[in-house]
Amino acid sequence: MAGWGTFPPNNRLKPHNYASSGIKKLRSIVENIDMLIRKPGDIPYSEVTPKSVYFNRRAFLAGVPAAFLTSRLARAGAKLPNLGKSPLSVAGEKITPYNDVATYNNFYEFGTDKSEPSVLARNFKTSPWTVSVEGNVAKPRKFGMDEILKLAPIEERVCRHRCVEAWSIVVPWAGYSLSALLKQVEPTSKAKYVAFESYYDEKQMPEGRHAGIPLPYVEGLRLDEAMHPLAMLCVGMYGETLPPQDGAPVRLVAPWKYGFKSIKSIVKVRLVENQPPTTWNISNAREYGFYSNVNPAVDHPRWSQAKERRLGEFGKRDTLMFNGYGSQVAGLYAGMDLKRYY
Amino acid sequence: MPRIRWGKILLFAACLGPVFRLGWRAWNRNLTANPIEFITHFTGDWTIRLIVAALAVTPLRELLRLPSLIRYRRMVGLFAFFYGSLHFLTYLWLDKFFDLHDIVKDVGKRPFITAGFTAFVCMLPLAVTSTAGWIRRMGGKRWRKLHRLVYAAAVAAVAHYYWLVKSDIRLPVLYGTLVALELGYRMLKAAMPRGAA
Repeated sequence: MAGWGTFPPNNRLKPHNYASSGIKKLRSIVENIDMLIRKPGDIPYSEVTPKSVYFNRRAFLAGVPAAFLTSRLARAGAKLPNLGKSPLSVAGEKITPYNDVATYNNFYEFGTDKSEPSVLARNFKTSPWTVSVEGNVAKPRKFGMDEILKLAPIEERVCRHRCVEAWSIVVPWAGYSLSALLKQVEPTSKAKYVAFESYYDEKQMPEGRHAGIPLPYVEGLRLDEAMHPLAMLCVGMYGETLPPQDGAPVRLVAPWKYGFKSIKSIVKVRLVENQPPTTWNISNAREYGFYSNVNPAVDHPRWSQAKERRLGEFGKRDTLMFNGYGSQVAGLYAGMDLKRYY
Repeated sequence: MPRIRWGKILLFAACLGPVFRLGWRAWNRNLTANPIEFITHFTGDWTIRLIVAALAVTPLRELLRLPSLIRYRRMVGLFAFFYGSLHFLTYLWLDKFFDLHDIVKDVGKRPFITAGFTAFVCMLPLAVTSTAGWIRRMGGKRWRKLHRLVYAAAVAAVAHYYWLVKSDIRLPVLYGTLVALELGYRMLKAAMPRGAA
C-alpha cells in the first residue's frame, strides 16, 4: 500500500523544460517563486525522456505482431513529426514542466496515489490498439491507431487543464478536434450524446480493484460539446506520443471541463440517444455532475472551486469560468442553470 | 547521576525521523509536482499514525503486561500534536495564506475541515497540560478526565481523513478500525466489573 509519505521518489525521470521557453527566463521566474519549487534542467524534454522508462521493450517485442513494429508511432514517447501549431492554443501561459505532467497523474486504474501511475503504467501495452466507434452512426467501425494518427493533421495545442481537486497545469497536447473522428462515422439524427469508454484489464491494471470507482472508466459529452473544435482527440504531448500514465495511446481533452472528463486510453466511442452514465457521477452524483464545466462559482460539496494551484506556483490563482474558454464555449450552455447542471 | 533512559532517546529520535525525511526531500527538490499537497499529506499521515500509537499504549501495556510502556505515552502524544501543528500550519499558511475570512468560512462549511480543526483543538489542551506540574495542579482524577479528549481527537481525525479522500478509502478505514479497537478495548474494560480479567 503506497501511503503519501512512503512512495519512493521517481528519480529516473529528470526534470526538464519545454523547448520553446527561454531557459534563463524560466529559471529566474521559478527560482524566485519559492525554494520549494524545483529548477528545470538545461536539457530539452525530447532529449532527456528515456524511452525505456515508458516502454518495456522486451514485452513489446514478444507480444506484438511484426507488422506493428513497422509503425514507429505505436510507441509511447515517440517523436511526432510535422506538428503544426493550433490556432486554439492559449497564449501567454507558462507551460508546466514535462516531468510534472508525467509524474502527477490521476489514473486510478494504475493506483490512486498520483505518483503511482508513472511507475505502475510503465509496461502498459498500448499497441496494437483499436478504437471502436459505434452506436447511432451510419458507418460504425473500428479504427486502428495508425489510422487515428492519420485522420487529420496532428497539431500542437497548448491547453489549460484544471483538475476538480483544485490544481491545474498547462500542457502542449497533440491531436486534432474530435469532430474529425465523429464525422468519419456519420452520426445519425438519433445521436445526441457521445459515450466514451477506457481500456480496462485487471491483469495490466491490478490496482484498479482498489480504485473505489467502477471500472472500466466511462465518460460522456453532449454531441454539440463533442463536435466543438476545442474538444480534442489527443495522441500526444510535448511533441511526443502520450506516455501511458497520461492516457496513451489516445485520450480526450476537453479543456473547459474538469480534468476527469478528459477520459484516458479510449477503446470505445458510442453515439447514443440519452445522456450516458459517467464514472464519477455514478460513484458520487452529488459531487460530480455530468457537465462538470470548470466553474469557480459552484463549489464541490467538500471544497471550494474559486481558486486553484497551478503546479510550480507558490500562491493560488483565481479559477476562470469555463477554465478561461468562456468566449468559445459559453454559447453551448446558453439559458442553462449551471448550478443545477454542474 | 540520573539514569539515562535510552528507550526515550531512541523514541525521540524515531519520532523526529519523518521531519528529517521531509527536510531531506525538500532539500533535494523531491516533494513531487505539488509540494504543498505533499507536505500537507505527509504531516497529516504522521499525525494520525501517532494518535493511533498513543492510544495503543494503554491496551498494549495491559495485554502484554508491560506496565513500563506508560513512560513513552506522553512523548508519542506530544509528537502527534507536533505533527498536527505542522499539518495545521501548512493549511493556514500554504493553503489559505492566513486569510482569516476564508479560513472561518472553510471551517464552518467543509465537514472534513471542521473535523480536522476539531481534532486539533481537542489536542491543544492535552499538549499544554502534559507536564508533571499540570498533573499535580489538576489532580490525577481531573487530569485523566480531561485527557479523555484524545478519544474525540482520534475519532475526529479519522472522520477528517475519511471525508477527504475521493474514492480509495483503504487507509482511512484502516485507521478507523484501529481507533475503534482501541476505544472498544477501553469500553469493554469499563463495562466489566472491577478486578475482572
